[in-house]
Amino acid sequence: MSTITQSAVDIRPFHIDVSDAALENLRQRISATQWPENETVADQSQGVPLAAMQNLASYWASEYDWRNVESRLNALPQFMTEIDGLDIHFIHVRSRHEDALPLVINHGWPGSIIEQLKIIDRLVDPTEYGASASDAFHVVVPSMPGYGFSGKPTSTGWGPERMGRAWAELMKRLGYSRYVAQGGDWGAFVVDWMGVQALEGLAGIHTNMPGVVPADIDKASLAGEPLPDGLSADEQRAYAQLIRTYGQVEYAKMMAARPQTLYGIADSPVGLAAWLLDHNDAKGQPAGAVAAALDRSASDTDELTRDDILDNITLYWLTNTGVSASRLYWEYHGGFFNVKGVSVPVAITVFPDEQYQAPRSWAERAYPHLIYFNEVDKGGHFAAWEQPQLFSEELRAAFKTLR
Amino acid sequence: MIEFTLEGVRENTIMTATTAPTTAIRPFRPEFSDEELAELRRRISTTRFPEKEPVDDNSQGVPLAASQALARYWADEYDFGRLEERLRAVPHFMTEIDGLDIHFIHVRSPHDDALPLVITHGWPGSIVEMLDVVDPLTNPTAHGGRAEDAFHVVIPSMPGYGFSAKPSETGWDVPRIARAWAELMNRLGYSRYVAQGGDWGALITEVLGAQAPDGLAAIHTNMAGALPPEISKALATNVLGAGDPAPTDLSDDERRVYDRLNFFYTKGVGYALEMGNRPQTLLGLADSPVALAAWMIDHDAWSLEDIRQAFVEKHPVGNLNRDEVLDNVTLYWLTNTGVSSARLYWENKLGFFDFKGVKVPTAVSVFPNEIYPARREWAEQAFPNLMYFHQVGEGNHFAAWQEPGIYTNELRAAFKSVRTS
Repeated sequence: MSTITQSAVDIRPFHIDVSDAALENLRQRISATQWPENETVADQSQGVPLAAMQNLASYWASEYDWRNVESRLNALPQFMTEIDGLDIHFIHVRSRHEDALPLVINHGWPGSIIEQLKIIDRLVDPTEYGASASDAFHVVVPSMPGYGFSGKPTSTGWGPERMGRAWAELMKRLGYSRYVAQGGDWGAFVVDWMGVQALEGLAGIHTNMPGVVPADIDKASLAGEPLPDGLSADEQRAYAQLIRTYGQVEYAKMMAARPQTLYGIADSPVGLAAWLLDHNDAKGQPAGAVAAALDRSASDTDELTRDDILDNITLYWLTNTGVSASRLYWEYHGGFFNVKGVSVPVAITVFPDEQYQAPRSWAERAYPHLIYFNEVDKGGHFAAWEQPQLFSEELRAAFKTLR
Repeated sequence: MIEFTLEGVRENTIMTATTAPTTAIRPFRPEFSDEELAELRRRISTTRFPEKEPVDDNSQGVPLAASQALARYWADEYDFGRLEERLRAVPHFMTEIDGLDIHFIHVRSPHDDALPLVITHGWPGSIVEMLDVVDPLTNPTAHGGRAEDAFHVVIPSMPGYGFSAKPSETGWDVPRIARAWAELMNRLGYSRYVAQGGDWGALITEVLGAQAPDGLAAIHTNMAGALPPEISKALATNVLGAGDPAPTDLSDDERRVYDRLNFFYTKGVGYALEMGNRPQTLLGLADSPVALAAWMIDHDAWSLEDIRQAFVEKHPVGNLNRDEVLDNVTLYWLTNTGVSSARLYWENKLGFFDFKGVKVPTAVSVFPNEIYPARREWAEQAFPNLMYFHQVGEGNHFAAWQEPGIYTNELRAAFKSVRTS
């Protein structure tokens, strides 16, 4: 083995250090925003309302402090390693329980590693949160290529399949010969494609946005056709939710077609913020939990707050990853909620405010090796971020049989 | 405490006449301040760009090299005084119609029996698209035409576009704009007139032709709504890539048109979908000049490539040169109409290329690099009273703007029979 190859697999410690100048420039840009006029409706049907954006921008420029989340991130062990030609950033926290189950958690769009910050300690150190030592995980949270502090691809080809292979290499490089994987949003696509490829060492996956829609239903819902015959009540509900969701994914269509044209999310902080806020869930567009967070300055129960939302947006801004993150949509041709052909053991948690609630009947057909299926009573598209305690409990239960 | 300034009504440019009746027609003088031009230039110069796209073509959107070349030319070489100067070369007016101030250019021909013509621009266009056809249309003898080719020309700015007011409530859709144009022509004293348009202008003109108000003698469209319903349905359901295949009974020629539209619907129409659903989310269009410019020049694959060539290779196609493109973007920026113009997509319920039920005599010119080239058989179905159909040799979606000479000749030929009837 040559020394060059040796150095390429090096795992380097990583520390976030944003300059004061970058933060000052951000504040200046927010303060100098040129706004459009008010929307012509009294609701969110034309996009993120002007008043909400102006309130958020005012707080962002004058009171919000990035250094808080920077300290929280830097308190976690972070690393960088080159995989498949690209620098991959990741958080890696080993449990003090040596026989903990290694777990790689994959964020989505418009998310980042910040989505996972409230679950890491719960998963790594379960006895501090009312669970037992046998529930412990060693947790790895990578930033997807083009996201956060990972490198930005300079050539095409970094879709979820390739990311899945990169995560398998990452886990191997960390010395984990047997591990599980978890994800929602793009993270769900990545773990599904890891499961399709049945990558070496992958013992099972958990998804909070499963791809279970049968092919004929998938085609009909994408084309906006009326409700097909012969569906159960759960399936009919899911079909209606899919139709609604496909009417709320224009942002995805734009990013899939023309990511490079989105210069406004590189040059304008409020342009970026509005774009990232406008992801739907079952409660609305923007997502209900996100809209509620904009009015919440603190939460004793770890619900989303305004600072959480701005932590994530500011990370996108400081890394200038609005456009590079969008390219993942351009790269992908694999369908949203269709059956991907996963062969490994699969666990599913259905959160009520997710874009659609996967019916058990479809899940059993989509995932031949379904080891866990549970419908919980709260939480939405950003499950780990919105409901960290419940989400952690779900992962403990979901993977119990794989230990 | 941060204070945010709202760009509202441009009081310095609108001559208010509070005592006048609401049907008054007021002169209007375009005027931009040195401060707002300097601020625009400052913003262009401090643009933060993303990294280069990982492809060597336009397939991910406006290439970084093109947007940077545009920004460089805009900030360093573009004459910021030229837009105001060009605009002031024609007479402008403002009048309130249906509760909204409508801006328009109105040039009467020296030939008194000229045919009155209302021309409607589109998105991402404006009255700038039409500036170079005003004189050839009104004064044909100075441009190779004859006195009997003359038009009296009216070029309104659509609500939410350019100097027209921005609607503060919903409802300004295509049919309402068409009704406003009929009122405008009526108010100008034109009892018999024709109408013309491309892009949104085509929809408005064709819907006007369906409304067939008194006085409307005929229409001309350079983006004909002539797509047969079964093809339109197949395309619309395939936006997310899962619709039915193309109808099987298409001829080879029809199949080529279908494939071109299918490319547009699956790879090119994202901007229209986003504006149709979430116009208010596009805050970057109000806050970033380069974002506004890129969003505007990415209208369709053919015009983007023409404009890219103008900036990167300094090789404009037809009249669509760097200054023309930037005059239009600069007008959008200075009037802060990126978002208000996008709302027209949200208001719209009509298929872009569907039959509109036109009743009046119709003329169609097909420019080869339009989003889709309308076929004569289809046009005959769409327009029961098709009086003129001609496929020209050059030109993209922006027919009047890119090929003012061809466009002018088309209008002269198209409306000839209307004058003699």
